Amino acid sequence: MQTCTGKGDLEMKTMRNLKTLLAGLLLVPALALASGGPELDRAPNVSGDKAALQNGAKLFVNYCQGCHGLSAIRYNRLTDLGLSEKQIMENLVFSDGKIGDQMTTAMSAADAKKWFGAAPPDLSLVARARASEEGSGADWLYTYLRTFYRDESRATGWNNVAFDKVGMPHILAGLQGVQELVEMEGADSHAKPTFKLVQQGQYAPAEYDKQVGDLVGFLTWAAEPQAALRTQLGIAVLVFLGVLFVFAYLLKKDYWKDVH
Amino acid sequence: MSTNLNYEKYKSDGSHLGDLLEWVDKRFPATMLWKSQVGEYYAPKNFNFWYFFGSLALLVLVIQIVTGIFLVMHYKPDGNLNANGIPGAFASVNYIMYDVPWGWLVRYMHSTGASAFFIVVYLHMFRGMLYGSYRKPRELVWIFGVLIFLCLMAEAFMGYLLPWGQMSLWGAQVIINLFSALPLIGDPLTIWIRGDFVISDATLNRFFSFHVIAVPLVLLGLIAAHLIALHEVGSNNPDGVEIGDKLDEKGIPLDGIPFHPYYTVKDIVGVVVFLAVFSIVVFFMPEGGGYFLEYNNFFQSDPLKTPPHIAPVWYFTPFYSMLRAMVWNFFWIDAKLWGVIAMGAGVVILAFLPWLDRSPAKSIRYRGPIFKTLLAVFVFAFLILGYLGTKAPGYKFFDTGFLDGDVIAQIFTVYYFLFFLTMPFWSKIDKCKPVPERVTWK
Repeated sequence: MQTCTGKGDLEMKTMRNLKTLLAGLLLVPALALASGGPELDRAPNVSGDKAALQNGAKLFVNYCQGCHGLSAIRYNRLTDLGLSEKQIMENLVFSDGKIGDQMTTAMSAADAKKWFGAAPPDLSLVARARASEEGSGADWLYTYLRTFYRDESRATGWNNVAFDKVGMPHILAGLQGVQELVEMEGADSHAKPTFKLVQQGQYAPAEYDKQVGDLVGFLTWAAEPQAALRTQLGIAVLVFLGVLFVFAYLLKKDYWKDVH
Repeated sequence: MSTNLNYEKYKSDGSHLGDLLEWVDKRFPATMLWKSQVGEYYAPKNFNFWYFFGSLALLVLVIQIVTGIFLVMHYKPDGNLNANGIPGAFASVNYIMYDVPWGWLVRYMHSTGASAFFIVVYLHMFRGMLYGSYRKPRELVWIFGVLIFLCLMAEAFMGYLLPWGQMSLWGAQVIINLFSALPLIGDPLTIWIRGDFVISDATLNRFFSFHVIAVPLVLLGLIAAHLIALHEVGSNNPDGVEIGDKLDEKGIPLDGIPFHPYYTVKDIVGVVVFLAVFSIVVFFMPEGGGYFLEYNNFFQSDPLKTPPHIAPVWYFTPFYSMLRAMVWNFFWIDAKLWGVIAMGAGVVILAFLPWLDRSPAKSIRYRGPIFKTLLAVFVFAFLILGYLGTKAPGYKFFDTGFLDGDVIAQIFTVYYFLFFLTMPFWSKIDKCKPVPERVTWK
């Protein structure tokens, strides 16, 4: 009985591996981005939720933009999220910014380099750049922003499970609270961390996850604002090509009927 | 069957348009060009699925040129950081993607077009192997084709530097550094190619120049030569039979039909199907699962930050695997140089195919079991080499200890070359079926 089960498992594993190989041959999966990170949590999909995306924009402006630019996005692009230009100017544009300006950071790259050792990257494309075999870029960001933990050996006092020895401090600690890493179960891409919250933040864990989900949703939107238009247009193009195919095929058939 | 160039000049039917055509035709060989190359170019009537890829390659070329023209209007080959700490080139691609109306569509068409070009060209080349299209009298058609493939590789390689992302920079770094393996001239050569000691603004600008002017010009010339040579000797077909050997009383091949309108209307069907597949990628998966647009290339280039794993784009990976497979120092020559030689030879050896193949039959339809078996293994080996080229060294199939990717790449590299080098022997002794006199059709 036991051998049978064992064999079944092996067969299943072989089948699974075979499928992986086939998928690889069909160029379906992502390229390996050799990451030692943990198993990624799945980011919630908030792409259709304007309130969530607006909240994400607010979080970005308040917590991220102090150091990170989002230079590919201009403020008036945020009208895509259901905001009016007046709302954007009043709530999201600080200092003397104009509605057509790029969402850059006020911190100069030279200062940043002095303070952090490296300039904090522009985040316009981060949600695409962080994609890998292990998950989407959104998944990586969602995991990253929730796995900061206290590490006194680091200059900032923080370390991160998804991004070991990260130079960035836990900027959202006020919202999440302070957590310590208890243990890591498993290794590499199957590693699962366990944390202990040692200091309460503004939000309960579930609410913090939701806030991070909104922020990641906003960054995902920002990485490709035309994504929704792209797929809509794609359907129209395919329908058109489908109709064109019928006519092209009939034309060919008609011309070829005298070829023997 | 050589191209007939003695066509009667166009005679006007009295209409204004007719008069104009007559006027033109007296001064320019319009009738001759049209009839000899299209209207009375007789192609075998038995073309199958595999014969779509030549015209599709031409279509992708047009897509690349047209989208490329529009990209150059907004792209800036600038390797220096702008006020936001982003390299100018990378920022200009962002500008195209975010701010230029429909820029994202044009850019996705160009990036998808690059991969589509290689898919179509690989299938086109495989068609040649299936039906012996490289055999006499089409040796030059084939050699021009191999040169086109080489040009295409150069074009793709240089184009990949332009977005100036992490993979652009580090991919170019790895490939250019290969030349340092050459004895004596190696190091000066790499500096000469880069125009600097590292990949820099100078490299970016010269690659831009080559990508948008020099290589496309050569490519267009070679494609013209490929087509002129093809139309001189006529197309091969799935039976590998020369249709020019059986002519009717007017000197027209019995199994030939005019390219226009028969193959123009047929190719339109192929074009529509191709565009549908192309559109699925452009509109629904423009990153092609990380193969057409590598995820790591969404990071701006950083010469101080080496990515954990540098993989070339998928279309180079079979040859990249051959490069990596060479790990031994033979005859006082460094393994790295052997790798470069293997990678180059892997492409160049294709050019010798017309003389390596001694089979009495051209087409796989009439060739024997040795060819069919060896070709099937060849295709499998090539695909596995391509797959392994995307993986980091030390890759293990099925997470097992014994199916070592590095060893398999070495075995398949040896197989790849043996397939060609031993072809004169096995292609001669293979048991071929008798080849019919006329094409078989329906």
